Amino acid sequence: MKGKDKDGRIEIRLAGEGGQGMILAGVILAEAAAIYDGKNVVQTQTYGPEARGGASKAEVVISDEPIDYPEVLHADVLVALSQEACDKYASNLKKDGLLIVDIDKVKRVPLTSAVKIPITRAAIESSGKAITANVVALGVLVGLTNVVSREAIEKAILARAPKGTEEMNYRALERGFAEAAALLAVKQKA
Amino acid sequence: MTVRLMQGNEAVGWGAIAAGCRFYAGYPITPSTEIAEMLSRELPKLGGIFIQMEDEIASLAACIGASAGGLKAMTATSGPGFSLMQEHIGYAAMAEVPCVIVNVQRLGPSTGQPTSPSQGDVMQARWGTHGDHPIIVLYPTSVPEAFELTVTAFNLAEKYRTPVILLMDEVVGHMRERFEAPPLEEVQVVDRMGTNVPPEWYKPFGDTIGDVPPMPSFGSGYRYHITGLYHDPMGYPTQRLDEINPWIERVQRKISNHLDDILMYQEENTEDANMVIVAYGATARSARHAMKLARQHRHHVGLVTLYTIWPFPEDVIQRIGRMARRVIVPEMNLGQLALEVERLVGRHKVIRVNRADGEMVSPQMILDAIEGR
Repeated sequence: MKGKDKDGRIEIRLAGEGGQGMILAGVILAEAAAIYDGKNVVQTQTYGPEARGGASKAEVVISDEPIDYPEVLHADVLVALSQEACDKYASNLKKDGLLIVDIDKVKRVPLTSAVKIPITRAAIESSGKAITANVVALGVLVGLTNVVSREAIEKAILARAPKGTEEMNYRALERGFAEAAALLAVKQKA
Repeated sequence: MTVRLMQGNEAVGWGAIAAGCRFYAGYPITPSTEIAEMLSRELPKLGGIFIQMEDEIASLAACIGASAGGLKAMTATSGPGFSLMQEHIGYAAMAEVPCVIVNVQRLGPSTGQPTSPSQGDVMQARWGTHGDHPIIVLYPTSVPEAFELTVTAFNLAEKYRTPVILLMDEVVGHMRERFEAPPLEEVQVVDRMGTNVPPEWYKPFGDTIGDVPPMPSFGSGYRYHITGLYHDPMGYPTQRLDEINPWIERVQRKISNHLDDILMYQEENTEDANMVIVAYGATARSARHAMKLARQHRHHVGLVTLYTIWPFPEDVIQRIGRMARRVIVPEMNLGQLALEVERLVGRHKVIRVNRADGEMVSPQMILDAIEGR
């Protein structure tokens, strides 16, 4: 990611279906930036009236400067965990923006540069629960972009994890970072 | 409290607690529900009262009763519930009972779009209830301001014995931002004026210096009549013109004589501006973004952010109108506060930028207006 406008504004969009935890992922990322990295951050969301299903999206704007417009204008990063989310938001990415998709959920990927990872499968493999896909996604996102520090995202996730699920979430996060590291290693070789 | 990431709605709840609110009656509705959730958790810890009522009419009625009993009281709702509350907003204005009504607006009319932002209730907040009455309406643009203006809403309600409405955008209610609550002892809190005259001498609606009669609590030995009918200084119904007119005049005066205290706005870059944006709520943030971009392209653009929208800050808008060639009014509605701006600066000077489809007014839309596209 080339990232950062002149004013240091980074825009991240996390989108999927309701119930995949994308809004919670947005909140955790924002907490990592605001509380543990001391940045300015605005987190917003749109969701339908349904408890599950339907489209769901979280947006996080991170900046060193005060943030005026609170929503994403042109995303630096899009994480898409559903085909609908990918179809809807991929065209809004910046030219050199980063698209991360769950390859098991998103069959039609509009960008050759997209990062394709079996995010939900990795969640099940690492933690035993598909519900940690949002945490794997955060690991991939932060591992590839460093929008927040690794320490900050770890702290933010552990602070949010319900009692007894800390280790499970930690494993999911580590798996995300491992996927990112593997990708970066391949890129370096090429 | 340490630095936290906080939602706007939650900040309203903390602001209410900081201001001394110890009574909440409401009927949960998206996108305001987090306010009720938060206060249902926190108020009982402080010895306060939380009641989920059967509807919004009863909710505000309960708040008015609690306030007459001496508690600072609040309810929160959204468009459909706000429509139902209109009757009792009028009652609170007539009976001069302090209370705070939060309306986190959603796209209307009717059930509309519960999770989408709108600024569609701007005129309803002013004129939704029947009859002439003064009202104070405040409008935050961020999470920290949601806290601050909730405190201010309580302070103004107590000081002027009036209902105060906090209008908020869904975007601000649901957004999370960095927030560090000030220590409680540093929050400036105003309490209603009491009295020490003997109960038999007390006039609940009498003429007083400053036009705001003191308001002892029910149950403290002062008994008086409260009615939605026009009433005499003792609170009893009257049809006498020499009692009705002084009441009308006093109640208007208690707001209009204290505009310096009530009107809050912020001017940015207006000194050299030939174009000025007048905005409020989340739209003011789009406007500031647009202003900064426009100034990079050497457009002399200024911004006035209104934190008090009612009473309408006429003087500042009139001054802006004399100075600026164009006044741009972006709103998430089809043109409501623009009517007030047009009244003061002339229709020919005003460019309206509107959308009412549940999306924010983008900086680009405002930039297009600045560049005459």
